[in-house]
Amino acid sequence: MAFLGLLLSGALAGAEPISPTERRSGFDQMSSEIQAMQRDDGANPGMLAVADGEDLWTKAPPSGRPACAGCHGAASSTMRGVATRYPAWDAQTQKPIDLQTRVNTCRREYQGVEPLAYESPDLLALTAFIAAQSRGLPMTPPDDPRLDPTRAEGRTLFEARQGQLGLSCAICHDDHWGRHLGAAVIPQGHPTGYPLYRLEWQGLGSLQRRLRNCLTGMRAEPFGYGAPEYIALELYLATRAAPLPLETPAVRP
Amino acid sequence: MARTLINLPKSAKPGDTITIKTLISHPMETGFRPGADGRILPRNIVTHFVCRFEDEEIFRVELFPASAANPYLTFTWIATRSGRFSFTWRGDGGFDQTESAAITVA
Repeated sequence: MAFLGLLLSGALAGAEPISPTERRSGFDQMSSEIQAMQRDDGANPGMLAVADGEDLWTKAPPSGRPACAGCHGAASSTMRGVATRYPAWDAQTQKPIDLQTRVNTCRREYQGVEPLAYESPDLLALTAFIAAQSRGLPMTPPDDPRLDPTRAEGRTLFEARQGQLGLSCAICHDDHWGRHLGAAVIPQGHPTGYPLYRLEWQGLGSLQRRLRNCLTGMRAEPFGYGAPEYIALELYLATRAAPLPLETPAVRP
Repeated sequence: MARTLINLPKSAKPGDTITIKTLISHPMETGFRPGADGRILPRNIVTHFVCRFEDEEIFRVELFPASAANPYLTFTWIATRSGRFSFTWRGDGGFDQTESAAITVA
């Protein structure tokens, strides 16, 4: 009955986006133990991947071309703030791309090596290392009009009912955040900590993996990794989350 | 080699209680779960962890299935003198890794 109530109220209320002053990271809704785990670099298991990413950053690829550090230098200065601006417009492909695609483009174009597979440990580690340089900085999605159509598409996707349950992202994350779905507290769904360590996964995962989880939970068919729908959603979510601070590598239950 | 993170203060005063934190990347496969092909995956866990200070054992742990992946172990030690800690993880399939860290006590 409670579930039917959720469906009905979602249908009646309609999705009202969360106002900037009300925006809160999922971090605030976690237990104090998991919050402590995220805060402490000695206990945060995501830092294992960040350390792996640091190695990859400085290691030259087998092609003999420069390592990431060869062009970009010390990530702590050159990569600071970069992750807060993604997904961003890619002039070459004339499309918005996320940070993982950016890493892979760099690999192909400048390092002459194969792109890394989505959700592969190396790509997650490199992305986590780059994003970790922006920890604490506010999300600042670029104010680029070329991104607007994709952002609008993302919002449509976020608010569209999908799957056998007829739910939309907005019904849970705009209308019912802070309430419970089963035993779990519904967060506002801000992508401020990706790639993040999820205790349920016992490993690091990207935002696309999380979106696939949600779609499966709604009994909708998840899009394939790298699908343009995810980029659109990521772009809308980044705008929706600004100006919350970036937390990578975050820990979530 | 598995990735490890070891956190402890670089220096301490004699008599200080210091906290040592260790984290190692390890799947901690329980031996009860089916893999993608439906067959049970072989157990692959860290079974023993030992911390020594200058060859003197100061902390020992036995681990069993149901420990989460990437086990995090933390313990305290009362600073006596300068020296090196060695941390050894042993487990299934001949898993054996040792790392070390130094502390200055003055």
